[in-house]
Formats: sequence, structure tokens, C-alpha cells
Amino acid sequence: MNAEPARARGGPDLAANASAAQERDTGAIRIANVVKIYGSEGAGIRAVDDCTFDVPAGKITVVVGPSGCGKTTLLNAIAGFHSITSGTIYLDDALLCGPGRPQADPGPDRIVVFQNGALFPWKTIIDNVAFGPIVQGRLSKKESFEKARRMLAESGLRNLESNYPGEISSGMRRRVEIARALMNDPKVLLLDEPYRALDSLTKSVMHEALLETFDRNQVTIFFITHDLEEAIFLGHHVVIMTTRPCRPKKIINVDIPHPRDYSILTAKRFREYLDETVEAVHEEALKAFAAGERER
Amino acid sequence: MKDLQSAFAGDVNVSLSPASLPAAKPGDGAGRRETVAFRLTQWLRSPRPYLMLVGFALFLGFWYLTVEVWKLPRFAQMPGPTTVISEWLSPDPTYGLSIYSPEYYQHIWVSWRRVLIAFLLATATGVPLGLFLGWSQRFKDYVFPVFELLRPIPPLAWVPLAIIMFQGSETPIVFLTFLASFYATTLNTMLGVESIDVSFVRAAYCLGAKRRQVFRHVIVPGAMPFIFTGLQISVGVAWFSLVAGEMVSGQYGLGYLINTSYTMVQYPTMVIGMITLGLVGYLTSAAVRVVGNYLMQWRARELAMGAER
Repeated sequence: MNAEPARARGGPDLAANASAAQERDTGAIRIANVVKIYGSEGAGIRAVDDCTFDVPAGKITVVVGPSGCGKTTLLNAIAGFHSITSGTIYLDDALLCGPGRPQADPGPDRIVVFQNGALFPWKTIIDNVAFGPIVQGRLSKKESFEKARRMLAESGLRNLESNYPGEISSGMRRRVEIARALMNDPKVLLLDEPYRALDSLTKSVMHEALLETFDRNQVTIFFITHDLEEAIFLGHHVVIMTTRPCRPKKIINVDIPHPRDYSILTAKRFREYLDETVEAVHEEALKAFAAGERER
Repeated sequence: MKDLQSAFAGDVNVSLSPASLPAAKPGDGAGRRETVAFRLTQWLRSPRPYLMLVGFALFLGFWYLTVEVWKLPRFAQMPGPTTVISEWLSPDPTYGLSIYSPEYYQHIWVSWRRVLIAFLLATATGVPLGLFLGWSQRFKDYVFPVFELLRPIPPLAWVPLAIIMFQGSETPIVFLTFLASFYATTLNTMLGVESIDVSFVRAAYCLGAKRRQVFRHVIVPGAMPFIFTGLQISVGVAWFSLVAGEMVSGQYGLGYLINTSYTMVQYPTMVIGMITLGLVGYLTSAAVRVVGNYLMQWRARELAMGAER
């Protein structure tokens, strides 16, 4: 019950928040020489090839790349949904997967927010949010519901508790899903194009809500997207992937301080980062197109 | 009176914006009653009930004209609607069976009990079997080929074996009725599990659920919509094979009634049996649907929203 970190009491002092960000030193992911081949070793499709990069703790790392380049494969390997063919992935000092252990165990230290949303439609919002601590046996039912209520209130979702996911808007559903993830105090949030299906207005609201959540929790975020503007707006680091097989082509460090808001979209620096990203991604997109895109 | 008022208020709201309908929380009793009253008025205002009446009128008219007016050759032996209905409602029926004879209810009761027992057995065995078939690939590899080989054998082909296997006349009939239900329930339940989006299973594991908890919190509720579709089919085919069984043996039941009226040339009674089968069969299906909607509030409410997904 006392797992609530000190930052919850941080107050509005931005400087205090910024120092909290530096204190957060768990949740670093180290991806080293990861290879993933689908199908048999010889004839299989090489989805990820010799991929190496770090996801620093307490930062937002955004991965962009042509569709079907293997970004999701990487995310699934971290989450423990898929095995990898070779290489290693570490979470802090613990080996998630590597030699002799091709597939990580999924667990509440790394929680995925899915592309199409995965709130259980048969559970009410509050039951969805309280689900994690209850099944883990970490909190009693009563405590879980109390925490879930607090969590929802924090995200401005107070009145939705007894609704079913089918009754609320898709933007709300994404926010509930992130609240459901944060209930478990995860080290990493893995977001797989969570805002893809939303219209651009809803999307911008979602971005601000996500950044607000991040400023409150300083949880490591691994975010996959197609949307370059989104990538730069959210990310501390933007990792641009090559077309299949997937490996980092360029890493852009977005040196715009958090907390950010929508005014930076028109800033000159922002446009420069965007141009740089567009150029790198466009090259890969052309290659992917020339190779004959197999996806969708 | 209160209900009518609130129903009316609801109607005004809805004509303004359809999204305001579920504002009445289905949790509390008054809200639910309001919703029911609202649905009823809405239904009565739509063309649907009147189209339904027209459909019935056309059907009865066709029957009446072909049999009683035109006396078409193929229909000559058939009892007309006036004969059947007057026999059915008569306190003193020519062939001894109408809504006033206790025997009539004895037939319905016996058939209904057989269907109920068979349906419950089929549900109790078919749902778990289907869940495991969908959940465990290895279990499916063992069981499913046998299941698929037995499934095409029609209940009628089981009749001799059922009579040899079971004592008396009651158990074989229940067994035959059970068979078809069991297949429908099992198959639909399995498909239900297979239809579950893998994201839900993954999300549950992510949130720290164990395999057993995933089964309980994701697989079972996720398969529910398919299970209930299966149960509706199941109760329908139960009546099918019940009649097949009752025509072969037994002393009571609607199938038996139809068959004996045929051999004794009591054609109106035969048709009464048929219509009764239709009515009772419809009622059981509807009951399954109501139970399903009750258990799947989330689905009913989602659909009420116009299923924006």
C-alpha cells in the first residue's frame, strides 16, 4: 500500500518534478544484437536484424519506421509475446530474453497498450483498472478498487467507473487503458501505435494527457508510431528504423524540455527536428516501396 | 402511469440525440423498467409489429385459400385453418384434443421436460468441452477429429443404438435429443474461444494474470456471445431430434402426438401438434436469448450505443 512513490506528493513545483525525473533509474531497456527470423532459419523472413539500441530509464523513446518493418516484433519480444532468434534484451540488470531463454515472461513490470485497445469489454471500467493488482494478489480487492478510483480521478475519468468500455469514446478508452497499466507501477510502458485509429483532434488531446501522465509518473515509455509529428512531440529520443530487416538507422535526441505543450509544434526547433526525421524516414519508405510492401 | 410518462420523456430525448438513450443506468430497477417501457413504445411506433401481423395474415390467407377455397389437388387431404383452429379452441373437440383437454398439456409437459433435461445436459457437457477445445491445442488434437467424425451422424441413425444401449423409452429419447444439442453447443463454444482477440489474452498476461485466471477472466466471458448463439441453436435442434425420438417410441410427447394422429387419421390434431411445437420451440429460444442478454449486460449496452468500435 505504501508503494506510492514520493513523486505523488511532488506538487506543482516543476523543478522538483524535473529532479524526480533524474531520480528514476529503473526501467532501462538494453537491446543488443537482436535478430528475429520468422519461419525456418534458412528460408524465413528476417524481421529484425542485428538491432542494438538503449531505451533509457524514465524517458520517452519513440520508434518510427516504415510499416511492417518489424517495430512491433521488437515490442512483442520485450513484452514476452514472441521469442527472438538471437541477441539479448535486458530490463535494468535482468535478462528478459537471450541465449538459452528465447522468450521473456510477460509480466506487470512491462505493460503493453495495444493498437486497437484491449480493455476487456465484459468488465466495467473500474473492474478493468483494478484487474492487475487483484489477479497478482498484490492488493486486496478493496484496496485495488480504492487505488483504481484514485487513478481514474487523476486522469479525469471519475464518472465512468460503472460504464463498460463499449459505452465510452475510443479516446477515453485509451486513457483508461493507460490508467489500468499504471495501476501496477510498471517499469516500462510499451505503446504500440495506441492513437493510430483516433482522429487528429482527439489525438492531440491524448498526447497532452500522455505527457501529463508522464510528468506525474516518470515511467519509461517505449512508443511505436508512424506519425512523425507525434514522435517528436512526445519523445526524448526518436529512433528511426530501417525498412525490413529492422535496425536503427538514426537516433534523434529531441532537445526540447518537458513538460511540453502544443505551442512547441510551431517552434522553429521543432520544425527542424521534423525535417531531419522526415528526410531519414522518407529514404526508408522509398526503399520499402521499391522492395514491394507486403503489409496490408 | 409513471412508466408511461418516463417512457415519453425518454422518447423526446432520443429524438434530439440518440446517444442519450443509455443515460438511464440499467443497474437500478426503475431505470431498467423505464428502458423496457421505452423500447416497447418505440417498437409499437415502428412498422415492425404491423408488418409481422401482415406476414401472419398472408400465411393464414394462403393456407385458407389453397385448402378451403380453391381446394387445390395437393392440399385436398390437408385440414384447413378454420378446421384446425376451431378444433384447437373447442371445449368439445371432435378428435378428443384441444386446449381444454388435460392430455394436451401432458404432451407439452412431457416433451418440454425431455428437451429441458437434454438441453441442460448438453450445456453442462458441451460448454466445458468447447472451452477446452478452443483453449488447448493439444486437447483439440486428441478430441476434435473424433468429434468431427461423430457429428455428421444424424440423430435418427442413432435410434437403434440408443434403444439397445438404454433401458425403457425415456432415456433413449433424452439421449437422442441431447446429441444434436451437444454438437451445436460444443462447436459454437469452441469457435467462441477461437474468436477472442489475442490482444485480450496478452493484456491479461501483461497485467500479471496466471493461466487459470486468463481462462476465467478472458476466455469464458470472451466466448459468451458465441456460447449463447450456440445455446439458441442447441435448443432449436433439441426440438428437432426430440420429435425424431418421440416418433419412434414413447407414450406421450408432441412428436408422439403428431405420429399417432397421423396413423389414426386425425389430421387436425396432427396440425395442432405441429403448431404447438412451433410455439413452444419459439418460447424456449426466446428464453435462452433473454438469459443471454441478462448475463451479457456489457454487450446489450454496447449494442444500445450503436456499437461504435
